[in-house]
Amino acid sequence: MYFAAEVLEQSSTMRQKWEDEVRKVIAKNPDQKPRWSTVSDLEIRRLYGPEDIKDMDFANDIGYPGQYPYLRGNQPTGYRGKYWTFRMFSGMGDAKTTNQRWHLLLKEGQTGLSTAFDFPTLMGYDTDSPKARGECGKCGVAIDTLEDFMQLVDGIPMDRVTTSMTINPPATALWAMYCAAAELRGIPLTKIGGTIQNDMLKEFIAQKTLMCPPDPSVKLISDTVEFGTKHVPRWNTISISGYHIREAGSTAVQELAFTLRDGMEYVEDVLRRKGLDVDEFAPRLSFFYNSHIDFFEEIAKLRAARRIWAKAMRERYNSKDPRSWWMRFHTQTAGCSLTAQQPYNNVVRTATEALAAVLGGTQSLHTNSLDEVLCLPSDHAVQIALRTQQIIAEETGAANTIDPLAGSYFVEALTNEMEEKAWEYIHKIDEMGGMVAAIEKGFPQLEIADAAYTYQRQIDAGEKIMIGINKYVSPEATPIPLVEIDDSVELQQIERLNAVRRKRDNKAVKRALDDIKAACKKGDNVMPYCIEAVKSLASVQEICDVYREVYGEYRDPGLY
Amino acid sequence: MADKKIRVMVAKPGLDGHDRGARVLARCFRDAGFEVIYTGCHQTPEQIASAAIQEDVDVVGLSCLSGAHRYLFPAVAKLLKEQGADDITVVGGGIIPEQDFQMLYDAGLKAVWVPGATLDSIVEWFRTNVQPRN
Repeated sequence: MYFAAEVLEQSSTMRQKWEDEVRKVIAKNPDQKPRWSTVSDLEIRRLYGPEDIKDMDFANDIGYPGQYPYLRGNQPTGYRGKYWTFRMFSGMGDAKTTNQRWHLLLKEGQTGLSTAFDFPTLMGYDTDSPKARGECGKCGVAIDTLEDFMQLVDGIPMDRVTTSMTINPPATALWAMYCAAAELRGIPLTKIGGTIQNDMLKEFIAQKTLMCPPDPSVKLISDTVEFGTKHVPRWNTISISGYHIREAGSTAVQELAFTLRDGMEYVEDVLRRKGLDVDEFAPRLSFFYNSHIDFFEEIAKLRAARRIWAKAMRERYNSKDPRSWWMRFHTQTAGCSLTAQQPYNNVVRTATEALAAVLGGTQSLHTNSLDEVLCLPSDHAVQIALRTQQIIAEETGAANTIDPLAGSYFVEALTNEMEEKAWEYIHKIDEMGGMVAAIEKGFPQLEIADAAYTYQRQIDAGEKIMIGINKYVSPEATPIPLVEIDDSVELQQIERLNAVRRKRDNKAVKRALDDIKAACKKGDNVMPYCIEAVKSLASVQEICDVYREVYGEYRDPGLY
Repeated sequence: MADKKIRVMVAKPGLDGHDRGARVLARCFRDAGFEVIYTGCHQTPEQIASAAIQEDVDVVGLSCLSGAHRYLFPAVAKLLKEQGADDITVVGGGIIPEQDFQMLYDAGLKAVWVPGATLDSIVEWFRTNVQPRN
């Protein structure tokens, strides 16, 4: 029991008195609305007190930072030793333009890099593919071959700065480029650090950058986990992501549950397919969450996530190494909470969401720019977004003490509720035979579709408020400068790709691609062959075409 | 026939995977009593045009949030026209800067929606502006 019996007794008497008081007041002045709930529609009580957390067990449910169950954070020193990594997701146009943006951000105090690729790269197509028409450089950087990649990382201290790459079906090819680029610059693989998103399950569920069916997709991921474990020990080979699940319209609980269950699926696949011991690879699994606009719900979600993962790793997978129990994660503020209307208000939203991420104990953070609902961020907008993090870190005092909301009746009760509801989903998916089976049934996709539709209806009905959309609407648009990626970028990128194709040794490329194909067919790890292929200047699409040929293509079933 | 239902195809052209809006709209059109076909993500303009003709729809609603609408939306409208199906209404939505609206109207789109539009206003537009074809 978390409280002494006499405290609960006292509280109960006092509560009675308070409830009587409330009844009297609302008889005269009714509440503004009958039901108060989070953005995810989780009902919130008027007040939380000792009774709401009386069943908690201090040692097993709360504990201390750096100790099981890690509710209060992974680091015993909190943010005092090191703030979270200021990691702004960026990529635009071609490699040269993006490299300039990266240098600007590092100069402004960013402490980690994060790569946004354009859609052709994300989907494993070259810029000159007919499917890529009109997309080049539009929402990220275009990378076709190692030549582009070398330009992307030009002047970047790859042995000191960690780089995250949001890349999924072609993750093996792009990670191979990072490894090859490091080697060409004389940096050993043991010295490079970073993350590839490489989480295909959430692609089927939400983000929809699709290539091969689920089973071979997971096989390729397990290849990277194995390769990283053996050769690139500072690399996070999966960033198990809830961000996109949430952006697709899920609730906070769904984000939590589906992400963690995806993580469990990867653990189980590596154990089964690669025969590694759980403690060999689990410490390098990383996570990625959304921080949405509902302040306390997000803090509770992040705290619950750490505790669920610690329990799952220790109890479900019998891992022994405490580093396997802690859940390290990156957070991004919610793109879907921003509005094109009155766009400067987005600065306030992002700051609130960023503060929630910090109070939830994130290790790394991207803050959205005010213009991201309209276009790629401008230099000025991205600077404000980065400064938002720096202000939270160095002015507000939010980083002074660890997990400052612990012990709050409300935050602990909400954390418990999130955990309980997440386990319900996790067990349901277990019963379906795991996440791949659940995806094949369309279960998470349709749960999210329901939530997204409900939310939109609530917005339209004014039951949920978005300022500038359904309340305090301005008749006039606020003009802001928009970044445009010129259509000429596509032609220049195609010229560059053709020049590479002319100068490379096409026989060597073919040999390297044949080696990847043979590895796929035998079930061997593709990573060493991918590194050789990118060094021969094979393109992203050429490597992905091998996967498509061997494993087949997956089509979006279009569930709604 | 007064009771003929509007037949709508919700389509995702190009490589963009942001399908939240498209799926919410597909469900909203279904609830509004329309006949709905949703293509799923990653359709080429050619696939969309030929499916629209084959499915004999009254209206195609295109959704794109990747910035490629300047190429993809006009491409669908042009293909429909070339195949003699310019009586199929084409509309679109997504992350579309206001300065691109005119070029999309010039290409044959009849309406463009951006984030913030209500579902009811879109349904209302369809009811007013789309006639079920014979």
